[in-house]
Amino acid sequence: MSDIIKTENLSFSYPPDEGKEPVLALNDIDLSIGQGSFIAVLGHNGSGKSTLAKHMNAVLLPGGGKVWVDGMDTLDESLLLEIRRRVGMVFQNPDNQIVANVVEEDVAFGPENMGVPSEEIQRRVTAALKAVGMEEFILHAPHHLSGGQKQRVAIAGVIAMEPACIVLDESTAMLDPLGRREVLDTVKQLNREKGITVVLITHHIDEAILADRVVVMDSGMVVMDGAPGEILVQVEELRKIGLAAPHTVELLYGLRQDGFDVPLDALGIQECADAIVGSLKS
Amino acid sequence: MKPIIRVENLTHTYGANTPFCRNAVENVNMEILEGEFLGIIGHTGSGKSTLIQHLNGLLKPTGGRILLGERDIWADPKKIRDVRFRVGLVFQYPEYQLFEETVYKDVAFGPRNMGLDETEIDRRVRSAVTFAGLGEDLLDKSPFDLSGGQKRRVAIAGVIAMEPEVLILDEPSAGLDPAGRRSMLENIRNYHRQKGTTVVMVSHSMDEVAENVDRIVVLANAGVVMSGTPHEVFSRAQELLSVGLNVPQVTQVAMELVKRGIEIDPAVYTVADLRAALSAWKGGGK
Repeated sequence: MSDIIKTENLSFSYPPDEGKEPVLALNDIDLSIGQGSFIAVLGHNGSGKSTLAKHMNAVLLPGGGKVWVDGMDTLDESLLLEIRRRVGMVFQNPDNQIVANVVEEDVAFGPENMGVPSEEIQRRVTAALKAVGMEEFILHAPHHLSGGQKQRVAIAGVIAMEPACIVLDESTAMLDPLGRREVLDTVKQLNREKGITVVLITHHIDEAILADRVVVMDSGMVVMDGAPGEILVQVEELRKIGLAAPHTVELLYGLRQDGFDVPLDALGIQECADAIVGSLKS
Repeated sequence: MKPIIRVENLTHTYGANTPFCRNAVENVNMEILEGEFLGIIGHTGSGKSTLIQHLNGLLKPTGGRILLGERDIWADPKKIRDVRFRVGLVFQYPEYQLFEETVYKDVAFGPRNMGLDETEIDRRVRSAVTFAGLGEDLLDKSPFDLSGGQKRRVAIAGVIAMEPEVLILDEPSAGLDPAGRRSMLENIRNYHRQKGTTVVMVSHSMDEVAENVDRIVVLANAGVVMSGTPHEVFSRAQELLSVGLNVPQVTQVAMELVKRGIEIDPAVYTVADLRAALSAWKGGGK
């Protein structure tokens, strides 16, 4: 599996307040993201996860170290368009990402700017809206859609550029449970069926269960990196850095203290119930 | 406890006489009891926001009425401003509504409009920022230099400073990270406990509501479909799922356990309660 995104000794700091020392928002990060993977990046506010995301398509450029997108150095300005074409970004607030008055035009905005011929744009817009389950809204006004639907239109706008990777920077934070599920189901499906790499930046630990790899950030550093079953069970460690394990794990963790013989990594509701029943019957 | 607010047959129609005519709330009857911590839940479009904007007279009912104490709040429309001082409403994402040069001035805006003297304004500002979990050292800062979570606290302090009899918060923890969410809810709980005033929290997080409130009102399809203690509401988990709401994860696990023949009360909603139920079952069962 080749790497779609690779960082080496990546450091970054924002311009400090007057008279203050700069604080490293990213501190020496080495991270490789394989093409086709689904990665969740977890961390509390200020942990550096959004700063990291913005390096993945050259919205921010490294202060130290390097970032490569599909082998291209993001510091090379001549590659900027090519890099943005590879990695699409979906942001937090659905209302800040809509540019047109009709869904169709909104989704076409990206490919139009890339100079894609118009018949091809038509095809891509239809396919992209279909991929996010919004094809029947093609002629609707975006501002009449729900939050989840708006985010799906934003994702369609990214897909229409046919990127290799989609980065969702807390794109579910402002959505209700239903909208969140719509967006997550959509990206999961894009990952599985189209092989698009997904980087999901979130502080909802439950969303990380969907990923095949979880990266946890704290104070600008990667502090954990592994499969959900390895990371999400570290109840104490997660708590220490301002996160919380899924309730299923919290429950299993407590039951173990009560003398139940259950595993910690039964993350889903069904698995968790099965594990408890198993221990009661043995 | 006696009701402080009564909602009687409330209906609100948006876009009447247009093709977009729609009842956002329809024939809603409910009570908010004096001193309680009430949770209102419902999915997007269930009418939550429309309902709470009636409670302090931001929206005028197109049918039915709102009683504050024993009085119809619209009995004398000229006095509606007093209702807004008595029922404080904190919108969703209130941090986008800050506008003053300093935190102090922003929080003082409400009390100043009430015509209070400077000493009283000062007392209220200081007390409100403390309740909202902010240090007094922030008072001279520009609110725009603060973090998102701090800005939200400033906005909440601005409403608390009016010392309303009823404090209504629309999604106070939305978009915050787990630690921010926890401390925000702790501040709200403390405020409720120490002031003894009525608090209404609108949320779509079942876990959050379950762990904090005394009573829950569930809205769906423009109406009230359930109300009761968290235990009463979550014992009807299937119905909640059928109107597009989640139930707490712990409740979901408990429901699955019941399906698998473990005879426990499926209406548990905290980790501690389910642990206790399982230990009891293990001890007494078989």
